[in-house]
Amino acid sequence: MTAFILRRLMQSVGVVAVMSLIVFFGVHIVGDPVYLLINPQADQEDIEAAIRALGLDRPIWEQYWHFLTGALQGDLGRSFVFGEPALKLILDRMPATLELAIAALLMAIIFGIPLGLYAGLKPQSWVSKTIMAGSILGFSLPTFWVGIMLIMVFAVMLGWLPSTGRGPTATFLGITSSLFTLEGWRYVLLPATNLALLKISLVVRLTRAGTREAIHQDYIRFARAKGLPTHRVIGVHLLKNILIPVVTVLGLEFGNLVAFSVVTETIFAWPGMGRLLISSIQSLDRPVIVAYLIIIVLMFIIINLVVDILYSLLDPRVRLGEKSA
Amino acid sequence: MRFFRTMLMAAGVLATVAAAPVSAQQIRIGLSAEPTAMDPHFHNLTPNNGALSHIFERLVETDPKNRLIPGLAESWRTIDDNTWEFKLRKNVKWHDGTPFTADDVIFTFERAPNVPNSPASFASAVKGKTIKKIDDHTIHITTPAPHPLMPNDMSSLLIISKKHGEGAKTEDYNSGKATIGTGPYKFVAFVPGDRIELVRNEDYWGEKPQWEKVILKPIKSGPARVAALLAGDVDLIEDAPTADIARLKNDPNVEVSQTVSRRVIYFHMDQFREETPYITAKDGSKIKNPLLDKRVRLALSKAINRNAIVERVMEGVAIPAGQLLADGFFGVSPNVKPPAYDPEGAKKLLAEAGYPNGFKMTIHGPNGRYTNDVKILEAVAQMFTRIGVETTIEALPPAVYFNRASTGANGLPEFSFILVGWGSDTGETSSPLKTLLGTFNKETGFGAANRGRYSNPELDKLIAQALATVDDAKRQDVLAKAVELAMEDVGLIPTHYQINTWASKKGLKYEARADEYTLAMSLKKN
Amino acid sequence: MSVTEAPAAIAEKNDASAVETPLRRFVSAYCESKLAVGAALFLLVLILLAAFAPLIAPQNPYDLAQVDVLDSRLPPGEVGFSGMTYWLGSDGAGRDLLSAMLYGLRISLSVGFLSGLIAMAIGAAIGLIAAYVGGRVDSLIMRIVDLQLSFPAILVALMLIAVLGKGVDKIIIALVTVQWAYYARTVRGSALVESQKEYVEAARCLGLSHVRILFRHILPNCLPPLIVVATVQAAHAIALEATLSFLGVGLPQTEPSLGLLISNGFEYVLSGKYWISTFPGIALLVTIVTINLVGDQLRDVLNPRLAR
Repeated sequence: MTAFILRRLMQSVGVVAVMSLIVFFGVHIVGDPVYLLINPQADQEDIEAAIRALGLDRPIWEQYWHFLTGALQGDLGRSFVFGEPALKLILDRMPATLELAIAALLMAIIFGIPLGLYAGLKPQSWVSKTIMAGSILGFSLPTFWVGIMLIMVFAVMLGWLPSTGRGPTATFLGITSSLFTLEGWRYVLLPATNLALLKISLVVRLTRAGTREAIHQDYIRFARAKGLPTHRVIGVHLLKNILIPVVTVLGLEFGNLVAFSVVTETIFAWPGMGRLLISSIQSLDRPVIVAYLIIIVLMFIIINLVVDILYSLLDPRVRLGEKSA
Repeated sequence: MRFFRTMLMAAGVLATVAAAPVSAQQIRIGLSAEPTAMDPHFHNLTPNNGALSHIFERLVETDPKNRLIPGLAESWRTIDDNTWEFKLRKNVKWHDGTPFTADDVIFTFERAPNVPNSPASFASAVKGKTIKKIDDHTIHITTPAPHPLMPNDMSSLLIISKKHGEGAKTEDYNSGKATIGTGPYKFVAFVPGDRIELVRNEDYWGEKPQWEKVILKPIKSGPARVAALLAGDVDLIEDAPTADIARLKNDPNVEVSQTVSRRVIYFHMDQFREETPYITAKDGSKIKNPLLDKRVRLALSKAINRNAIVERVMEGVAIPAGQLLADGFFGVSPNVKPPAYDPEGAKKLLAEAGYPNGFKMTIHGPNGRYTNDVKILEAVAQMFTRIGVETTIEALPPAVYFNRASTGANGLPEFSFILVGWGSDTGETSSPLKTLLGTFNKETGFGAANRGRYSNPELDKLIAQALATVDDAKRQDVLAKAVELAMEDVGLIPTHYQINTWASKKGLKYEARADEYTLAMSLKKN
Repeated sequence: MSVTEAPAAIAEKNDASAVETPLRRFVSAYCESKLAVGAALFLLVLILLAAFAPLIAPQNPYDLAQVDVLDSRLPPGEVGFSGMTYWLGSDGAGRDLLSAMLYGLRISLSVGFLSGLIAMAIGAAIGLIAAYVGGRVDSLIMRIVDLQLSFPAILVALMLIAVLGKGVDKIIIALVTVQWAYYARTVRGSALVESQKEYVEAARCLGLSHVRILFRHILPNCLPPLIVVATVQAAHAIALEATLSFLGVGLPQTEPSLGLLISNGFEYVLSGKYWISTFPGIALLVTIVTINLVGDQLRDVLNPRLAR
């Protein structure tokens, strides 16, 4: 186990290096941010001065070398746009995004698994059919459109919830989050719903698919035949087996929620890191993009690692490590 | 949880007690773009300059119509051809109570061009200027040649405190450590991406603003900003989207205020290549660049139905343009009117120029940089297609577009016919003339954003003359003549001036500003 | 494709009675649900509408000579300057919405299907290989997957635009680049479990080739989660394309897909001009629901482990 985790972490160093290389040169291909950032009144001399100030006048290999040497000392560079260390900018905004992702994931699990179980156990009932039809709606419409509709209905028309922004925060056990205040939950509800819709649909469908398959399997039949109570059959034997794909997908989806809730954060003016990413990409703020994606790739590596470990716990047939083919 | 809730309620009660007398005096403003820093010299950009105008002030300020008015300097004059004298206000104090003096101005001149990592510095505002302290409240600024735009330059530079600014980095301004100004509001907090909090400066030297607490919140998405206003989550929004303005005007709970901006939307045309990459004959074969012919440029200008663009695309929230700035700004010519829509005349001109069947052209523009930019491109492409110039559009993300439009073809502008917008920071015509139409030249600094590389020596001469004429009336005449010449020659094709729109809750009135700044000081109770 | 091979695999395994051909069995199984039959027929109608859009549509929305900005934002049923009746209204550029939607359906369907199929084929193959071969190959592939999953679609799309320009083909490339990793991850997860099972062991003992074991034995058993992901992802691809367009790195504005039409209508949502985004929205909804109804039934029919 330890060897497995160590080896995985070693590999991730390579992944991070490749990532930084791709992003660094990829953004370079798209172009310089100077023409986007400079004041339009600037003359040629000002433009050149700005290019020098950002270090963009040097050859790209030299810039990358400069970045690498900095990165090895924990310095991922300074944002072109904000002038602050890229890492700080991202970490400052991370709590807001994390709380949004957690709220959305909770919603997905709380609604998704029971609904999916029901639809899988009683596939012919009209409730199940409604659940399945409803779940299709969840991913049919683009997020931005659903988002503005949520705002229009719940904030503008009904006036129940605030339309934009993050609520007041409180500190609990050393963590500062708006999830610790009631007012904060009012703010988080709409954007989290917007994010969760797609995830709920996904969980419903995965759970239903797994359930339908599992109820015909021998071990379930056996468990039933043994006279185990239904809730135990479902709660222990069934759930344990269908959780594997659900856990895989949810792990990735959580990563996605954290990394790329770009559109929702933009529309709800949520001060998270997704919005930082989108504005950094739009303004070619390379240090922030590189730092962001390095953090994200590390996060995915860890999530995948956790998922793999969970696999082995949930299903003893899966062995960790590099098995012989 | 219960304990926790009790604590929260207790905190809430405390907060209400502390805030009770002022809660009605708080104002929340929805911004369309996020200020990137609280350092007044880090990034010369409208959202930053606007937000920081609450905290810091300039020697010369501008009124809503973009006329110069006294700021930290109560008066200014020229004492010889090359020297300007500024008399500073005597009763001004920094937020920490120290008095404002000439030393602060001199310190500002030193720091402004030297902010590390600045992507758009204020170097141009202080370039070539020598500043001298005469006494605590008098300074002289000298230039090597006559410089009539000195007050305009000074209206862009926010003055910082020497005491707090020495050795201060951008981070120190973001944290509030160095964010000590003279302005009507004091810095409370800057939460990037979320909000800027300000509180009224009770010792302000000038007119006291009505609002005790101000929160600036960036809400980038237009419909979301409107929704925030309608839902009552903000009291004022800037840059109301054109699509919603009709609705907002009809809403009894909303007030709308508008003014013409100093931003013109125009087309630049490739005028430096014999063969231009995005124009071909109708069969796709190469032809000589038709845009070199003034008749073709004029034909294209006449083919644009400016009223249709204003009414149908901009939904009435714009003014048809025939020159670089709207009527009422300094240096415009009263003789230049927007070219009339004349498709027949345009066809005739094309035929005269040797293109009776037109040609094929791809026009480029950014998507999402200017109001309705893509729709303007589409409309113009339709209009060109109707006079026989088969036009396709390519709207690119600004990140890609501006690079290619500036240096895409081995350091030269890549495109043939492009949509651009330009806001004149100085509020007069010399800056667009110099930057957009002056011959591209690194030494003179002319034509830095001349992406069509239009060049007319006669025009360059007039611009240079204007830039050296200190007398306002004379300079106005020279600038008007330059504008007439450039427009007669169709150096570029202007389509419309944008109108800036603010929307506020009923009972509040925003005094609309030409410079696009959103200032809590300009929001008043009705 | 692998999808149609699955019943063959069942037949082989179950040593089915010789009277039924796999195809006939598949058809009769599929027809058990009337809803699914209806959906399949409707999907056919949609495909035909998309294919023959140029013949049906009152206007060619791509031809700028036919589109007039003077007719922009007309409500449904209005007659424009050009004398044309806009049955579903017109959009912000003056395009007839009905025509634009028919043409848009064409683009959305091709983007959704093509990117979905290509991504699934690539992803499934890579995922299978990773699980079956294991060892270093597995590690390498899964680290590439990690890398890919961390790479935002918008950045991929922006880079492609910078290098290649805008276009439908570029969007498909961008979507495939973004999506294959999901399939690979999902398939690998199931395949890891499957390859430990007795029947694979048995197949190995019989000396069957690796390719045969992979695609005939393991793959069919990985299908259920794969098809769930596929139907969701195909729909998601269409929505993602809309989102990319919304962020300004999607399709060219003059050749809108359904998603781009919705994203263009975004700014009109609060203005009272409901039709600009609502009609394309409904069309997109109906399309995706149909695809999913068909997909759901296919999954149930093709699943070798669902005893019927």
